[in-house]
Amino acid sequence: MSKLKGRSLVSITDYSKDDILKILDIAEEFEQNQRQDILRGHVIASLFFEPSTRTRLSFESAVQYLGGSIIGFASPDVSSVTKGESLKDTILTVSNYSDLIVMRNPLDGSARYASEVSPVPILNAGDGANQHPTQCLLDLYSIRKTQGSLDNIHIAMIGDLKYGRTVHSLVQALSLFGATFHFVSPDSLKMPSSVKTVVKNAGLEYHQYTDLTEVIPIADILYMTRIQGERFPDPLEYEKVKNAYILSNDMLDDSKETMKVLHPLPRVNEITEDVDDNPKAYYFQQAKNGIYIRQALIAAILGLK
Amino acid sequence: MNRRTELKVSAIRNGTVIDHIPAEVVYHVFGILNLDQTANQVYLGTNLDSKKLGKKGIIKISGKYFKDKEISKVALVAPNATLIEIKDYEVTKKENIHLPESVSTIVKCINPKCVTNNQNVPTSFTVTKDHKGNMKLFCKYCEKAMSQANLEFL
Ligand SMILES: [Zn+2]
Repeated sequence: MSKLKGRSLVSITDYSKDDILKILDIAEEFEQNQRQDILRGHVIASLFFEPSTRTRLSFESAVQYLGGSIIGFASPDVSSVTKGESLKDTILTVSNYSDLIVMRNPLDGSARYASEVSPVPILNAGDGANQHPTQCLLDLYSIRKTQGSLDNIHIAMIGDLKYGRTVHSLVQALSLFGATFHFVSPDSLKMPSSVKTVVKNAGLEYHQYTDLTEVIPIADILYMTRIQGERFPDPLEYEKVKNAYILSNDMLDDSKETMKVLHPLPRVNEITEDVDDNPKAYYFQQAKNGIYIRQALIAAILGLK
Repeated sequence: MNRRTELKVSAIRNGTVIDHIPAEVVYHVFGILNLDQTANQVYLGTNLDSKKLGKKGIIKISGKYFKDKEISKVALVAPNATLIEIKDYEVTKKENIHLPESVSTIVKCINPKCVTNNQNVPTSFTVTKDHKGNMKLFCKYCEKAMSQANLEFL
């Protein structure tokens, strides 16, 4: 039984270093032995106020591998939400029928609010542009699994570092473990100063680049992200930078032997398909690790591990 | 304090004076302290000459003292304001108003997609200063930061 029992997970910063390691350890156990009938008799609610098939299926398969049942909805048009029911009322109602609520909601901060009003724990599956802590934990799991440890790695983050919530959360979490950060982006999409302050306050180093090729030889992890055209006020500027942050297989020649390429998926064109067959490509396995992490979270929060 | 200022300030027998309010936020302070709803006598001066602020405002509330928590909200818009308490024409307390650690319900979140702007959820912020000493408000819900220039009062 751990300290995680009964606690909501809204933001990765809700978890201490020990909490994170505990979840990664439990996830590892599920990777070894995925089917464990420990959720029998438990009901998990899965409330998706906006569709996200990928995340929803990952949660639902995690519940089913553990022998639990699922209730809920996959999009708001089939629920009472369309009739104008408040979030609070939906949460209070559904908490009567379930032991834990997995929620995806387009409003920023909706998960924190739900955790305040709900008598059962909330597991945030994404609240708008704000937090997506299970993505962060599966990233950490993937890094530890491929590098042997989370301590003192060199991680390069590439693409939209200004608006990308996954990279912000990952910087916060890795700052607990002593990483060195290499931020690669066009000038207009640089890492926000609030995130860089987290790195500085942890006594760690970061370096900023505009050229992707510079970081390839030094990185243990290349964390690629999408650059979306609509982030640019000037379409001409987007045209100029969009091809500068694409990773192709020939660029990986001088990378470290143990280096891995990660991406939160779905990708558009930032990793060319010829990278997929390179053993350094890890993004599909990374997505698979999400199931072990979600199994671990559900089991830990319900006090079953 | 010179004699003339002292006379002005002492014009109420018992109560509270808030001095050194930048003229442009006097009405904000009025609102923050809910002075539009009080039955007490309130004097409001604005566009007074001030060496420090250029033009300043001053508010005097007769027969009323404020809790720290109430008065600290004034520092959100007037970080250099002074709080003076008067008892029987004597100044019994004079100090700078300090920033509160947190603020609820009076400020709106700047983020249009924040749950507080879309559901019936009262706002709540923690107040901090950045490395340059500028005030920042962090929304407890959407985790966005706002600077003083972005504050909008409910
Ligand atoms: Zn907010």
